[in-house]
Amino acid sequence: MSDSQDTPPDGTDPSGDEPTLYADTVGERLPVDPVVTAGDEGNQRERFRESPGLDVEVEDLTRTASLWGDAWRQLRRRPVFIISAIMIAILVLISLFPGFFATHDPRECNLINSLIPPSSEHWFGTDLQGCDYYSRTLYGTRVSISIGIIVVFFVTIIATIGGSISGYFGGAIDAVIGRITDIWFVIPTILGGIVILSLVRSRGIITVSLVLIVLGWATLLRLVRSSVLAVKANDYVDAARAMGASNTRIIIRHILPNAIAPVIIVAAIYVGVVIAAEAALSFLGVGLQLPAISWGLMISTAQQRIITAPYLLVFPGAFLSVTVFSFILMGDALRDALDPKLR
Amino acid sequence: MSSTNNTQASAVGGIPIDPEAPLLEVEDLHVEFRIEDGTVRAVNGLSYVVGRGETLAILGESGSGKSVSAQAVMGILDTPPGFVTGGSVKFRGIELLAPGKKKGTLDHVVPEVRGTRIAMVFQDALTALNPVFTVGWQIGEMFRVHQGLSRKEAKERAIEMMDRVKIPSARERVNSYPHEFSGGMRQRVMIAMALSLDPDVIIADEPTTALDVTVQSQIMDLLGELQKETGMGLVLITHDLAVVAEVADRVVVMYAGQRMEKGEIGDIFHRPAHPYTLGLMDSIARPDVHLERLKPIPGSPPDLLNIPSGCPFHPRCSYARERCAIDSPELETIAGQHASSCFYWREVQVEL
Repeated sequence: MSDSQDTPPDGTDPSGDEPTLYADTVGERLPVDPVVTAGDEGNQRERFRESPGLDVEVEDLTRTASLWGDAWRQLRRRPVFIISAIMIAILVLISLFPGFFATHDPRECNLINSLIPPSSEHWFGTDLQGCDYYSRTLYGTRVSISIGIIVVFFVTIIATIGGSISGYFGGAIDAVIGRITDIWFVIPTILGGIVILSLVRSRGIITVSLVLIVLGWATLLRLVRSSVLAVKANDYVDAARAMGASNTRIIIRHILPNAIAPVIIVAAIYVGVVIAAEAALSFLGVGLQLPAISWGLMISTAQQRIITAPYLLVFPGAFLSVTVFSFILMGDALRDALDPKLR
Repeated sequence: MSSTNNTQASAVGGIPIDPEAPLLEVEDLHVEFRIEDGTVRAVNGLSYVVGRGETLAILGESGSGKSVSAQAVMGILDTPPGFVTGGSVKFRGIELLAPGKKKGTLDHVVPEVRGTRIAMVFQDALTALNPVFTVGWQIGEMFRVHQGLSRKEAKERAIEMMDRVKIPSARERVNSYPHEFSGGMRQRVMIAMALSLDPDVIIADEPTTALDVTVQSQIMDLLGELQKETGMGLVLITHDLAVVAEVADRVVVMYAGQRMEKGEIGDIFHRPAHPYTLGLMDSIARPDVHLERLKPIPGSPPDLLNIPSGCPFHPRCSYARERCAIDSPELETIAGQHASSCFYWREVQVEL
């Protein structure tokens, strides 16, 4: 660690006396242009180890040497992640500002235009009511993405709280939560959804989300519990206790940050599952109701004209598939990056 | 609890401390693990006393109940299945155990001592440090939680602590993660954490087992120096006779959760009075004694589910007679502090 080790500024000699501590990070995980970038990194680290004056870049580098830092470096280089991230970003943008992308008002329908096949005026054609199908499909994104995100957000919160209490404290409380989870597992989401939703008169995004939350927390809760159990066995949890940390502090500060990775992976995949479930419920007539715009409803209506106007099925169906697919891909990419065993 | 210097504070959790009492006094401690197959009796009547500036070594093979007894003293036993079923643990005269919710068990009832008065250093610092936080954050957590310092103040204190345990360029390393440190440096971080609130007693559970020999002695030297500075008591749990010889003032030799022998360091090393202690001595390589081969203790450590009757060591003991399988020997004083729980300790000493 002496000054004589100074790497030349062009960074041509990064590998030779790279501190072993960092050797693996530099060699494998860092980036695209191995010669220049790795050299630069090496250089910065040399400086970091030698001079007390830190600069901002170096600070960043030391920060990212964590699990999440490693994961991010991995992710940035993975085409699967980049593709799914771009697709999800586009879908989220569409759902936030559908008006910006749409060519028509989705509710401005004219029966004169009924069932026009795709054309330059109506890119995806028009439906039976004469509404622009492209615009309707885009507005349908909003419903799907909102339900997906709302449901997964709350399910994750419920699962994290329940699962960590169950896993950390064990004993009677674990048994009670475990049995309730078992019972919930028996209820199939779609079947349960049909039963509950058919009792409800008006069904909007909130109602459907609520039902999917109520039916959907069990899987994730079990995952959190098992993950917490695994992390709890670590010495640093004992150490934190020996240092006088409270239970709440141990759970929030020491266990959850280490246990949350698999939960995030499954949550990402679950967004896709929830979107598909909403479409299925709407398709079956117990989800959202007209005049709401939803892919499930569109597919449901389209099935009556599958021979004469197949495009009515193809477009919302394709959007639905691509959306679900994107979230599942995202989950996959996250798993690859966060699970050290798969590296 | 906000005082920096705990030795000045006169109460823990509202209970006044007895200035005359020794720092840590463990008496007749019993710990059990109740599992499906039965009851594992891990600690059976362990007693020891640690005073200011003293180092007590608890010596024993793996599975002899050393670590479990430390967990019981700290109150971090996994309950269930682990239960303290008897005995007393006193910190400066304050009884830490009280009858628990479950009949016949004792709970640790003074959590305030943890970290502030009695701290612990773990065996493997890599697993005992949280991988997702920087070491500075983790050392600083002690100050934030127990003394209510701000993040910035806590970080400054963390840097001071890292300097104190001689981590080079502490200011730069404070933002590093545990995996970026070498084993010895990690153990220093662990020691810095344990020491941060100026505890009266540190329990070090095999602090050097995961380290190589040169680093081992550095860490032991560091602990020794810090002990001189602060006057803290040190309970050193180890199976390493070399480490014991180097630093301990007094030794308790444990087997099957019981005391086999206790005494001053010189008693144990030069006048061992228990066949088990003797066996331990013979099973290490000594350059000054040219033995043809090392003499391992025959047999294997006892199954704590079925501890042998009488003296637990009798199935492996070359001095054993019929009586050893029937009667449980009591700890018998030989001279001063030195005591052995062998009926035939005189024979053992004659052999020397």
